[in-house]
Order: sequence, then structure tokens, then C-alpha cells
Amino acid sequence: MTASPHSAPATVALSTEDLIGSVAGTSAAPSRVVRPGLRHPPRFILAAGFLVLLAVVALGPSLFTGYDPLTGDVSETLQAPSWVHPFGTDRLGRDVLARTLYGTRYSLLIGLAGMAVSAAAGVLLGVLAGLRSRLLDEAVSRLFDVLSSFPGVLLAMLVVTFLGQGMANIALAVGIAGIPKFGRVVRAQTQLVRGADYVTHAAIYGLGRSRIFLRHVLPNVLVAVPVIATIYIGNTILVVSGLSFLGLGPQPPTPEWGVMLAESRDLLRVAWWPGVFPGLAVTLTVIAFSIVGGALQKSFEGRLA
Amino acid sequence: MPARHLTLRILSRLATSLVVAWASVTATFVALHALPGRIEDILAGDVDFPGLREAIAAEWGLDRSLPAQYVDFLFRLAHGDFGTSYVLRRPVIEVVGSQLRPTVELALAAGLLAVLLAGGLALATAGRGRLARGLASSLELVAASTPVFWLGILLLMAFSFSLRWFPVAGAKSWNALVLPAIALALPTAGLLAQVLRESMEKTLNQPFVTTVRARGVGETAIRTRHVLRHALLPAVTLGGWLIGGLLGGAVITEKVFGRPGLGTVTLGAVLTHDVPVVLAVVLLAALIHVAASTLLDILYLLIDPRLRAV
Repeated sequence: MTASPHSAPATVALSTEDLIGSVAGTSAAPSRVVRPGLRHPPRFILAAGFLVLLAVVALGPSLFTGYDPLTGDVSETLQAPSWVHPFGTDRLGRDVLARTLYGTRYSLLIGLAGMAVSAAAGVLLGVLAGLRSRLLDEAVSRLFDVLSSFPGVLLAMLVVTFLGQGMANIALAVGIAGIPKFGRVVRAQTQLVRGADYVTHAAIYGLGRSRIFLRHVLPNVLVAVPVIATIYIGNTILVVSGLSFLGLGPQPPTPEWGVMLAESRDLLRVAWWPGVFPGLAVTLTVIAFSIVGGALQKSFEGRLA
Repeated sequence: MPARHLTLRILSRLATSLVVAWASVTATFVALHALPGRIEDILAGDVDFPGLREAIAAEWGLDRSLPAQYVDFLFRLAHGDFGTSYVLRRPVIEVVGSQLRPTVELALAAGLLAVLLAGGLALATAGRGRLARGLASSLELVAASTPVFWLGILLLMAFSFSLRWFPVAGAKSWNALVLPAIALALPTAGLLAQVLRESMEKTLNQPFVTTVRARGVGETAIRTRHVLRHALLPAVTLGGWLIGGLLGGAVITEKVFGRPGLGTVTLGAVLTHDVPVVLAVVLLAALIHVAASTLLDILYLLIDPRLRAV
């Protein structure tokens, strides 16, 4: 399996090779067989609950805080955490809790947008590679190799150099970097489904090739997409917050987590709280996505093709 | 195992890598030409002075045909000529070369630390019962999910501002390397430990381990001499990815700790649209990444007889 990252797929489309770019964090005992969907370990419930909470916060942050994330009270700069400001206030007297809550929107939005770009291009290329033509397969697989030979952060920096800073551009940048992850899994999944019995039977029944592809192959390839997305979105959020920290994404005063942490770097001598809570938010989000993604992957492996 | 067969495998692996390396270089050339706008403007970045556009056109041979430009581009890269940074008014190779050392030091230190931490954790906890597994997998998950820059901020807070053990910024003395290396190493170590521990747990269940144990070999010797060696393969396949991740993470780490280096130069270049510098760094990183993965794969072909038996 070392020889090359594009060797023939085994029975499981999501191999270790594909997973390494992600924060695939869940590794329960491989010996114990748990039927998917029947029993969930407590940490899965916790993680899934946290993600639901995140979604609610992203949709309506004002339900959870009365403060505005952009306007501060100049008489209350750099207040330590208290009942009034549970996460304290920043250099401009803005409530850190409010900014962290509103920040959920940016991380999820940019992460999802990036995933959408990777998924769209990855599915298109992966399906093409997984179909008949050897030549096409070879060409697309090499393209994935080339894309993944660039370290993600640096590839994103190259895209930002050409296109400029901003939220849409870093979403596009991480999206491009993520294409091989989706593409390789989709390619393997396409080959797997193409060889499945029900596809052979459909052909025996005399169904046309395009009909078999649209009715039988494509839907069974597409079910893999949400699983891949859940596994990789954690890693995407990590990269996005890193790029924002570098100042390449949304600009101040946007309450984005990476931006907030970059601002806190200069305040460390006087205040710890602006540098702690946004980072905790990133880390918890990534952990939750890893746990849920890992569980989804496990239940998915049982019913491939 | 015939030696010819092995040589063939190594040669084909090398050929694949050369194709990928060539394709990466070609992709940047295509990207440069596919972008909207004139190439002179793209390469110039945020600067403009009389005669600049003409100088760029002359250096890149923009009046010639595309194939001629492409051959020239390949030829210059092969000779280590990455062009001129018009923003810094210096040859790119000079800019990159002068900043290489602190970044390489950081990446090497962090890589070594990550391997040691992951190896130690896996050796200590693999197959040691539910509690150890739960503890180890939680540790790995948290480490792998923590952003490098936040770790850096936390370390700065605790050890530079409160305890004053380490300097806040710079790269002058050895102790300025400690915190950045830890911040960069921990997330990588988390992922590496995950793969290594799982692989070791699988290996521990194999019959040959029982055989070794039956011969009366001590548990520590079994783990270090037999199981670890056997379980290293999946972890070594991560080697290439690890190096790529360390290079990318170094950029962010340097920013947190105010360290000079390639990352700081690249970030500056991104913000001033200094395309020649960014291109050089990105290409260099890709080539290092490809070269490292190739070397590791070949190394493993030589070490592991099972891989040759196909």
C-alpha cells in the first residue's frame, strides 16, 4: 500500500491514506462489532449535541447574547470575565462571548463553502476517473497527486496571492486543496459500485448505460459525499482559522475566531481571555466533527456498494 | 526475490514521482498564464517603477511563443533560478535561501519531537486495556484538533509571559526554538500516534507475537523489537504528508512566535502580491514533499520483504 497513493482500491473506499489529511479522531476497539445506528457511545451523543447547538448558535446568535459583536463600550475595555461579560471584553470593550458566538457563523460558512467546492469538483473528477477509460483514470489520478503534493496551507496562500484576501477566496482556496480528498474516495467508490452485483444485473436486464449510471451508479456514489464532508470539515475549519489568523481571510473587525486570536496575540501580556475562548471554540468544533465523522464513516463502511 | 524486479519497482516509483514533480511545475506555469490580466502585472506585485514592466518582459521572455517560454521556465527552474522578486528587488533564490535555516530548524525539531511523542505514546498504551486506550485516544484527538496557533498562544501565555522561561519572540538562541517546536509538533504527534497505536494493536493480535512471547521474550522487547517494527509501515506512509504539514504549519508557527524564516517571508510576499517569491516557496515545498514521500516508499520497499513479493 505504500507504493503509491492511487493503488487499486480495496473493499473499503476510505483508506488510511485518504484519512490522514483529516482529523479522523475516533478509533474505538476494532474487535468489538457494534451494529451501526443501534448504539451510540456517549461521546458521539455529546459531539452530535454540540454540533446541533453550534448550528442553532450560527442561525441566531442574538438568542444567546444581548451584546453586539462589533460595537464596544469604551469604558469597559479589557474587563476580565465576570457575570456581565462571561468571556470578558476585548481591547475595544467588545463582549468576547458575543464575538465568539457570532464567529460560529463564519467558521461554519467558510468551512461548508470550501467543502462544497471540493465536493463538486471532487465528485466530477472522481466519477470520471472511476468509469471505464484507463487513460482518463490515469490523467485524473495524476492531477490529484499534483494537487496533494502542495501542502494545503501553502496552496491556499498561493490562491490568495492571485485572488486577494477575503472570505470567499479562502473558501475557494481550501476548496481547491480538498479536491483530491473527495476525488480519490469518489473514484474508489465509483469503481466499487460499478462492479457490484446489482449493476451487473441491471445490465443483464438490458438497461442502457446512461440509465444504469444515472439510476444505479451515481446515487450510490453520492451517498458517500456527506460522509466524506463530515470527516474533512474539521480539518478544513482548522486550515481556515489558520489562514484567518495569518490575516488572509476575513478582516477585522469581523468576529471570526482566527481573526480574534490574531488580535489577542498582542494583548497576552495584559489579558488572557481574548486569547483563550475563541481557540477553545475552534478546538471543540473540530473535535465534535471528528467524532461524528468517524462514527458516520464506521456505519457507512458496513454497507458499501 | 530477484534483484531485477526490485530495481524495476524502484525505477517505476521514481518515474511516477518525476511525472508528478514535472506536472506540479507545469501546473504553476499554466496557472500563471491562465490568470486574467497581463503577466507583467501579476509578477510585479504591489510595486511599479518606470521600466519595470519592460524588465519583467525581458526576464521572462514574454515576447516569445508560449512553448518557448515554457521550455525556458523549466530550464531556469532546473538551474535553481526562481526569477526576481520585484517587490524586494532581489533574486528570489537569495531571499528564500537567506531565510531557509530557521524554518528548517523549526520543522526538523518539531518533526523529531512529534515522532518521539507519538512513538512513546503508542508504545506505552497500545493493547494495555480499555482505560489506557480511552486515555490515549482522547489525548490524540485533542492534540490533533487543536490549531497550531492557539497552542502557540497558550504556550506563550504560560511559559513566556507568566513564568518567563522562554523568550517571547525571535530565533536568536536555542531556547527560542522550544515553544514553537512544541506548538508545531503536538497536532502532528496526535495524528501520528493515532495511526501508530491502531497499527500496533492490530500487530499485537497476530500469531507471531504469541510465538515470540512463548519463547520467553520480555514484554518490552516484544514491543520495541518486534511489534513496533512491524507496525511502522502505515505510520511511515504518513511521512510525506507529515513533512508537507510541518512546512505549512511552520508558516503559522512563525507568525505566532514572531520568528524570522521562510513563513514570515512568504506571508509578506502574499500580502504584497510578490508572486515570484510565493511561487518559489510553494514549488519548493511541493518538490520536498514529493521527494520525501518517494524516498520513504523506496526505503520501505527495501526494508519490508512483503512489499516486494508482488
